[in-house]
Amino acid sequence: MSNPKVMAYRRENGRVGIRNHVVILPLDDLSNSACEKVAFNIKGCKAIPHAYGRLQFGEDLALYFRTLIGTGANPNVAAVVVIGIEPEWTKVIVEGIAKTGKPVTGFGIERHGEIKTVEMASWKAKEYMHWASELKREECDLSEVWVSTKCGESDTTSGLASNPSVGNAFDKLVAMGATCSFGETSEITGGEMVVKERAATPKAAEQFMAFFDRYAEMIDRNKTDDLSGSQPTKGNIAGGLTTIEEKAFGNIQKIGKNCRYVGALDKAVAPTGPGLWYMDSSSAAAEAVTLWAAAGFVAHFFPTGQGNIIGNPIEPVIKLTANPRTASDMSEHIDYNCSAILRGEMTLDESGDNLINMLIRTCEGRLTAQEVLGHEEFVLTKLYESA
Amino acid sequence: MIQFLVHEAGDTVGVATVVIKAGETIKGLYMDSQGPVEVVTLDDIPLGHKVAIVDHMVEDSVIKYGADIGRVVQTIKKGGHVHTHNLKTRRW
Repeated sequence: MSNPKVMAYRRENGRVGIRNHVVILPLDDLSNSACEKVAFNIKGCKAIPHAYGRLQFGEDLALYFRTLIGTGANPNVAAVVVIGIEPEWTKVIVEGIAKTGKPVTGFGIERHGEIKTVEMASWKAKEYMHWASELKREECDLSEVWVSTKCGESDTTSGLASNPSVGNAFDKLVAMGATCSFGETSEITGGEMVVKERAATPKAAEQFMAFFDRYAEMIDRNKTDDLSGSQPTKGNIAGGLTTIEEKAFGNIQKIGKNCRYVGALDKAVAPTGPGLWYMDSSSAAAEAVTLWAAAGFVAHFFPTGQGNIIGNPIEPVIKLTANPRTASDMSEHIDYNCSAILRGEMTLDESGDNLINMLIRTCEGRLTAQEVLGHEEFVLTKLYESA
Repeated sequence: MIQFLVHEAGDTVGVATVVIKAGETIKGLYMDSQGPVEVVTLDDIPLGHKVAIVDHMVEDSVIKYGADIGRVVQTIKKGGHVHTHNLKTRRW
């Protein structure tokens, strides 16, 4: 059986995008205002303001550069205008994005002032909008669409049905030759040996354990009390969870039964080939999805129990829930309701197919609940304080 | 209409998908095979909580998702409520 085909955007570097954004990307906190003014002047383009970019250094600076360059380089983005307070770091971002072959231009505010910069950047953004608006979708293989997953506000319905639905879809997508990713290092605690065993090679297992140990060491260094008392949380226990192992295994259902990860990646690092990839990431939803978008993922599966409402400006977040209450009283946030599994009226196999169908519709232009509601949480992960 | 689900063959517990009372004969489903399973409950099982589908002795493992989710610290009979009073982590 051949893979499903989707109508999507093939970028200059061969990668496939499912959105066609012209992004106005601030280098730093000081440039947010200019970017928002450009996005007001030029309809259809998108400013993505954030809080950082000044006096960062070392590994934290490397992660910040990687995240901003990766965001601009993401195939859901057609073209980028970068605005920074000074020209040097602006140039680093522009040159990083330019490696994809897509149009990108940088503007520095120093020696021009904001008003002049906004004028120059608006002209460039207008040119990019006209160009991008005439790009055509073309037939692409579904396996060319990179998909990430993490869950949020989980409850017992997550482990029972919504996480295994993602796992079933991931098993099928990886078998098609797709590139998929999971992470949430903290949520794996208690199940790390099981995740280690799901590696395709001893090297991948070793890479995963190195990231896990780095995370555990970071918690030890910064904790003010023993986290063992808060995992699982009181809410988790009231909902029926008992041990940290049980919570972790519920989470791990998202990677299915059969697929094995081929490698482990640091935050915001792009995979180098198809298959399932582990990526070190926080379990905070907005931070994690921002990192996956920067690593080049173009669609995200987000199972939720009690109803997390997160979104991302460039990587559409497809939300599913198996909790019938959430599906009804928070319905505006939910793209796919799989609560029929809890009634014994739908199998996991059917649910995985339904989720893949929702992915195909999203690829071909259906806006997710998060996109329609305007949830655009762009949150950079910061490793330590600035100099 | 079912009242509980079991993830896979070999699991020793199922999860209540509705509020269950003690003394009820409850019908469940294995999610891997869609095969039926039936248990008579000994305790009330709140929604989302676990019911034992086999007898467990102290120090046995409770198996869910085909994995060991902790050790039994108090005998659990088939149909009993499995929760923090009789199941503890092996981690700490």
